[in-house]
Amino acid sequence: MDKLNSKVVKYFYTTMIRIRKFEETINEYFLKGEIPGFVHLYIGEEAIGTGVCANLRDTDFITSTHRGHGHTIAKGAKVKYMMAEIFGKRTGYCKGKGGSMHIADFSVGMLGANGVVGGGYTLATGAALASKLQNKDNVSVCFFSDGASNRGTFHEAINMAAAWKLPAIFVCENNQWASTTPYRTTTAIENIADRAIGYGIPGVIVDGNDVFEVYKEAEKAVDRARSGGGPTLIEAKTYRIKGHFVGDPEMYRTKEEVKKVMEENDPIARFKEKATEKGLMTEKEMQEIDKKIEKEINEALKFASESPSPEPEELYQDLYV
Amino acid sequence: MREISFSEATLEAMKEEMERDEKVFIMGEDIARQGGIFGQFRGLPQLFGTERVRDTPITETAIVGAGVGAAMAGMRPVVDMHFADFLGVAMDEVFNQMAKIRYMFGGQTTMPLVLRAPDGIARSAAAQHSQSIEAWFLHVPGLKVVIPSNPADAKGLLKSAIRDDNPVIYFEHKGLFPMKGKVPDGEHFVPIGKADVAKEGTDLTIVSYSLMMNRVKEAGKILEDKGIKAELIDLRTISPIDKETIFESLAKTKKLMVVHEAVKIGGVGAEIAAMAAEEMLDYLDAPIKRLGAPFVPVPFSPALEKLVKIQTDDIVQAAEELCR
Repeated sequence: MDKLNSKVVKYFYTTMIRIRKFEETINEYFLKGEIPGFVHLYIGEEAIGTGVCANLRDTDFITSTHRGHGHTIAKGAKVKYMMAEIFGKRTGYCKGKGGSMHIADFSVGMLGANGVVGGGYTLATGAALASKLQNKDNVSVCFFSDGASNRGTFHEAINMAAAWKLPAIFVCENNQWASTTPYRTTTAIENIADRAIGYGIPGVIVDGNDVFEVYKEAEKAVDRARSGGGPTLIEAKTYRIKGHFVGDPEMYRTKEEVKKVMEENDPIARFKEKATEKGLMTEKEMQEIDKKIEKEINEALKFASESPSPEPEELYQDLYV
Repeated sequence: MREISFSEATLEAMKEEMERDEKVFIMGEDIARQGGIFGQFRGLPQLFGTERVRDTPITETAIVGAGVGAAMAGMRPVVDMHFADFLGVAMDEVFNQMAKIRYMFGGQTTMPLVLRAPDGIARSAAAQHSQSIEAWFLHVPGLKVVIPSNPADAKGLLKSAIRDDNPVIYFEHKGLFPMKGKVPDGEHFVPIGKADVAKEGTDLTIVSYSLMMNRVKEAGKILEDKGIKAELIDLRTISPIDKETIFESLAKTKKLMVVHEAVKIGGVGAEIAAMAAEEMLDYLDAPIKRLGAPFVPVPFSPALEKLVKIQTDDIVQAAEELCR
């Protein structure tokens, strides 16, 4: 941690706050009925996408999930185009064709959220294969969750990436919930990272709500992948604060359970505590960032609200080249 | 013009495209060390190495998915499915990822990926290694589907598929690999989406593709001897279907027959028949005729297998009935 430069620390806070505020806004406007479709929130898991992506370059790739806003922001996408996309506007990243579950920003190597649980593993593996074939040192990170860890694609992709020593990093966000089903009722082992041994790759467990810890472990995995050492499986232990989707009645858990996690283990609160204690950032610096983000989100909201919807003639556009 | 086999024609296409463009590579099961189960990749690893001609684990889902990912990251992958039947194993990657990624993401990426899928009945391979499943993909927006019937088209369509920035499924009938035919020297392309009028005629239009097109050509000769001039259309691409060529022919012949090895129900013939019924009904002088396999999996025993295959005589007989 001592080695961390102030730029990285500032990135941690800015990114986590950006994700949190962005999603709180999405939550609000979804409940108002202004956002079509459905959205899945990343609140409470911000430290993972942030800590991992802090190690990545624009030329590195990530694949994401249906719960993808956090990864997209952490990889460097602009909230105004994300907001417009989620509102279904033609100014959005995907011209309103994708929505919350299918946001991508190829300009920063964000190869897409994915509506299919476990859909990202093989795509990240392929992007890593491309880097290898092109003799580039780009890495690919696949974010997934405990629910997705039971898909067959987990096995097929990690085996392939391991057999070919591809520059891929598989980051499991174990948030304890596969939609509405508790993780341990569908999975016989406690730690998904333990599966790494079956592929001959390192498997590490990290406190997913501690951005410093995530950053440190991801750094090792990224360095390893970049230098030709092959994949790593990282399991970040966390907790999904929000329901599976916005509007989820959450009949499967108590409000007290969620409240307790938020009080004791909020990644942003934990960052603040640690950063202040170690003198890495001041309260004032954080407040300035809060203000900046608030302005940014308000501008994004204005941009999205005022942007036009796609025109009928855009229906067939971008289907074929 | 020189004569080479269908298999050699595909090999030439691969060699030329891999020499031309370093982004082109191929991966699949048993393609490098073995040279492919039909020998269709023989010699490629010696020329391009086993990085660009990759033996994969037996893992169709990851092979197709990795093809999609590599295409998004700037490569032009060709993926061999071993048998077309195994496309089912990778179906999410085919129809939810490969087909939709460009559209869902608002055109941020192209998807220059070719899936090679050896299909069709050959040597009692039985129910899970004999299918003709091309119609499934006709139903998926975002895909292109090509299906050559002869060596020249095999080369020309494969080269076009590799250079296309859209995902293309390339069906190659297993029974066609040894077939010899004239193939032009050097660069040879067949455009995707354009059918070929293989033989002109005035009495009826017979539309077909792949191995069955060769039966149709045999039937065409027999019919000619019987005084029936059939116009024979080799579809070559089944998505997008070249409606224009079919309709032009229909306007002239006023009778339509579609022949394919795939199951008749819900097949490509059903779509063509529906198109003709919707837009060309006034021209038609007779009911549309479809020949396809009965609604049953392909059985193993040669005694049963032959019952699901359309024979030249079936085509002749159906055409005669249509022209009566």
